[in-house]
Amino acid sequence: MRSPRVTASPFSFGQWWRHLDKSAWVWLLAIGLLLFLVVNPLLRLLVVSFQQPDGAFTLSNYFVAYGRARYVEALLNSLILGVSAASLCLVFGVPLAWALSRTDMPAKGLIWVAILGTFIIPPYLGAVGWILLAGPNAGWLNQLVVELTGMEKGPFNIYSMPGLIFVIACYSFPYVFVFTKSALDLVSSEMEDAANILGAGSLRTSLSITLPLVLPAILGAFILVFLEAIALFGSPALLALPGRFHVVTTQLWQFFEYPPRVGVAAAYAMPLLGITVLLFWLQRRITSRKGYAVLSGKGGERRLIPLGRWKWPMLGYCLGVCTLSFFMPMVVICQAALAKAWGRGFTLDNLTLNNLYFTMFENNLTRNATLNTFMYAGAASIIAIALALCVAYIVNRQLVGKHVGGLLSFLTMAPFVIPGIVLAIGFYAAYTNPPLLLYGTAWILILAFATRFLPIAYVNCSSAIRSINPELEDAVRILGGTRFTAIRSVVMPLLKRSLAGAFILVFIPATRELSTAIFLYSINTQVLSVLLFDKSDEGNFEMLAAIGLILVFITVVFILIGFRLMGRDFMLRRAPT
Amino acid sequence: MSKLVLRNVSRTFGDFTAVDNFNLELVAGELVSLLGPSGCGKTTTLRMIAGFMTPTAGTIELDGQVISSPASSLPPEKRQMSMIFQSYAIWPNMTVAENVGFGLKIRNIKADEIRRRVGEILEVVQMGNLRDRYPAELSGGQQQRVALARSIVVKPSVLLLDEPLSNLDANLREEMRFEIRRLHDEFKITMVYVTHDQAEAMVTSDRIAVMNKGRLEQIDAPYALYGRPKTRFVAGFIGRTNFIEGKSSGDEVHFGGFSVSKQSLQTEAPLPQDVLVSIRPQSIHLLKQNPGVNSAACCVQGSVQRRAYLGEYWDYHVTVPGIEQALRVTARPQDVFEVNEPVWIEIDTTQLTVIE
Repeated sequence: MRSPRVTASPFSFGQWWRHLDKSAWVWLLAIGLLLFLVVNPLLRLLVVSFQQPDGAFTLSNYFVAYGRARYVEALLNSLILGVSAASLCLVFGVPLAWALSRTDMPAKGLIWVAILGTFIIPPYLGAVGWILLAGPNAGWLNQLVVELTGMEKGPFNIYSMPGLIFVIACYSFPYVFVFTKSALDLVSSEMEDAANILGAGSLRTSLSITLPLVLPAILGAFILVFLEAIALFGSPALLALPGRFHVVTTQLWQFFEYPPRVGVAAAYAMPLLGITVLLFWLQRRITSRKGYAVLSGKGGERRLIPLGRWKWPMLGYCLGVCTLSFFMPMVVICQAALAKAWGRGFTLDNLTLNNLYFTMFENNLTRNATLNTFMYAGAASIIAIALALCVAYIVNRQLVGKHVGGLLSFLTMAPFVIPGIVLAIGFYAAYTNPPLLLYGTAWILILAFATRFLPIAYVNCSSAIRSINPELEDAVRILGGTRFTAIRSVVMPLLKRSLAGAFILVFIPATRELSTAIFLYSINTQVLSVLLFDKSDEGNFEMLAAIGLILVFITVVFILIGFRLMGRDFMLRRAPT
Repeated sequence: MSKLVLRNVSRTFGDFTAVDNFNLELVAGELVSLLGPSGCGKTTTLRMIAGFMTPTAGTIELDGQVISSPASSLPPEKRQMSMIFQSYAIWPNMTVAENVGFGLKIRNIKADEIRRRVGEILEVVQMGNLRDRYPAELSGGQQQRVALARSIVVKPSVLLLDEPLSNLDANLREEMRFEIRRLHDEFKITMVYVTHDQAEAMVTSDRIAVMNKGRLEQIDAPYALYGRPKTRFVAGFIGRTNFIEGKSSGDEVHFGGFSVSKQSLQTEAPLPQDVLVSIRPQSIHLLKQNPGVNSAACCVQGSVQRRAYLGEYWDYHVTVPGIEQALRVTARPQDVFEVNEPVWIEIDTTQLTVIE
C-alpha cells in the first residue's frame, strides 16, 4: 500500500501542487467559452450601437433608428402584434387545456396529437400553409368562397396585420396550452368539490375557483407568447413584407440589406432586448409567486368533470382550433409538395414525387442546405450540451464559490432572454472583423445556434445532474479515483439517456432556426430554413412545401427517438425555468 | 503511534460554526464513533477526515503526516481511505463484482488478482452468489453488504462510515451492527463511524465521541459513557436519566428528601455549592414498605404520578417532596403500583453521577 507523503509545512510548493484539484482548468475553459459566446456579442452589440463605421463614438445611430415615422411605426406594429397574438393564443389555448385536463371530452388523443403536430410545424412553414389557404386571390379558402357565393373576390387576405396575428397565434398557442394544462393538472378535485358542496354549479366553479388558481400560469404564458410573437422573423417576413408593412424584426432585417448598417440595427434592437429582459423577469415573478399553495403541492384526488351534452360543442371547438393550426395547413402543404402545380388542385394526375426528389437529391443548393442543416444543428447541439453540462456540473457540485457559480448559471441562461435576431446582430458585430473573423464560415452559425439553445441544454443537464447523488462520485474519489475518473466511469454512463434527450431537444429547434441564421449565413452556408425563406419571393410554393416537409420529417424522426428515450411527454413538458 | 489525529479542528460556514475546536486521536485498529444529534457537526468532521472538505482551523494527520490544514488539503483520492455512505453510493451502472473491484482497478492491480480478491471479500459478506447482479436487483441490506465489501477490499488506511445503517429497517439494522463489528475484528481496520443512534454506537464502538453543537462533549468507552456521563448533554443523550439538584454543606450533599456523603459521589474536583447529579431510571427501585436502613441506598417516600406499561418493563413517574421534577423509574413487569399510591423509593447512591 502506498502511503501519502506530505510535508507538514503549509507553504511548500510541492504540497500545494499535490493538494491542488487539477480539474480547475476545465472550469476556466467553460468561463472563457461563455465570455466568447454570450458576453462578447452582447457587449459588441452595445458598443457598435454607439459607433460610427470608423469606430468613433456617436449617438447618430439612435437618431437614425428612431428618427423616422416608418421605423417608429414598426415598433408600434410589433407591440400590437404581440398583444393581439398573445390574446388570441389564450382564446385558442386555455379552453383546449381545460378540456384535455379536466373534462371527459371524447377524442382527447386526437387533439393531443394535433397540438403536438402544431408544435412540430416551424412557424414559417405554417405561414406558407396559410399563404396557400388565404392568399388574396389564389388561396384555397378564397376560391371556395368565390365558388360558393359567386363573389368577385375572396374576402381573405393573409398579407395583412390581422392575417399575421392569426398565423402567429396558430403556432404559439401550444405554449399557452402547455402552461395552462400543467397548472390545471395540479388542481385537485377537492378544491372544486368544496365549491360544489356550497352550491356552485360546474361552470361557476370552473370560473370562480379553477380559473383564478391557474391564472398565474396563464399570465406567464401570455407574456411568453407575447415575447415569442415580437421576436419572430419568419412569419412576419413572409406575410408583412408582401403586405407592405413592417414590424421590428423585418425592419432590423432591412437595416442589414446591403450595405449593412450594423450600428443602426444594434440601436434599433435595444427596445426589443430591453422589453424581453423586463418581461421575462416579470413572468418569473408571476409564475413563482407564493400563495397559490395548491399549485406547488401534490395533486390530490382528481376526477373529470362530466360535460354531458356540452361534450360535442367542446370537441367541435377543439377540432376547430386544431383544423386552423394543423389539419388545413398540413393538407395544403402536403398537396403543394406533391403537386406538379399546386393551383391545379387535388387530383390524382397532379400528384408527383418530383418536388421532393428534386429538392433532396438533384438540386445542389437544397441538397447542400439539407446537409448543412444536419451538420450545423448537430455540431451546435454537441457544443451547447458539452458547455451546459460543464457549467451545470460546476454549479451543482459547488466547485466554485457561490457568487462565481451564480454568475456562471446566469450567463448560461442569459440567451433565453435574448431574441434570436438580436443575438445574431451581436454575433455579426462581434465576429465580422479580424482577429475573430467568423462571418462567412459555418462556425458563426454553429456557435450562434449553440448559444441560442444553450439555456435548453442547461436546464436539462442541470436537472440530470441533480438527479445523481453526489455520494456516487465521492465513493469513486475516496477509493482513489480522481474527479475525472468519477465523471468518466459513473456520471457519464448514468447521464447517457438524459443527454441524448437533451441533444434532441436542442437539435430540433436548431434544424429550423431562422431568425439567427438569416443574418449570419453566406452563400456556402445556407440551411433549409434560410433557403425556404429565400425561395419564398420566387413564388415556387411546390418547392417551399417540399423543403418544409423535409424539415417536418427530420423533426418527427427525432421526436420519435425522444419518445423512446424519455417517454411521451418530453416535448410538451413545461420546462422548469 | 496514533493512526489518525485531529488537532483543534474547526470548520465554519459563514457565521455558522459547524465544528468547533475538535480534538480526536485514534490508535491503529480502533473503532471510534462520532455520536450526536443531527446538525452536531459529526458528518462535517467525517468529510474533513475524508478530504471532501477543508478545515478552517487546525490540522488532520494520518500516520504522522499532515493531510488537512486550512492552507491545503490532500485530495480524497490520495488518502488511501475508504468510506461507506448513507446512500451506500453503489454505482448503478456496474455489477456487484465491478463495484467491489473498482478500487482495486484504480490501484492498477492485475485482473486475475482482482477477481480473486473480489471473490474472497464477497464470500466474507455472504454475497458470493450475487456477483453478477446489478444494484437495482439487490435489497437494501445486500447493497449495504456490497458497500462494505467495496470499501474493505482495498485495505484502507482508515474506513469512514457515514450513518451507514440509517436507511435499513429495524431488524436488518440490528444484524448489520454486529456484521460491521465482526468485519472490524476480522480485518483490524481503523474506523470512524458517524451515527445518531446510540445503540448502534454502543454495539459497534471501542470508544464513543459524543458531539453537540460542533463541540466534543465526552469521549469514552460505551460502559463509562453510560455509567459516568460528564455533561448534562451526554447524560440526557445516552439513554434516559433523572437530574436531581442538590446543595453541598459540610461533608454532605443535600437533595430534596435525602442526603449523601461527598465521598460517595466519587468526584476528583472539589464540589461546588450547587450540585447536579444524574441517576438512571433503573438505579431507582420502588417498594411497598420502608425497607429500613441500607448502606448503599437512600430511601424517601413519594407517590406514583403516572405510569406506562411497555411489556418489557414499567415506566413510572414518581413525585417526591423536595425534588422538583418527577423521577422516572423503570420497574420489572411484576412490580405493579397504582397511580397515586404512596411508595418508597430506594436510590442506589453508588450510581449517582455528578454532572459538570
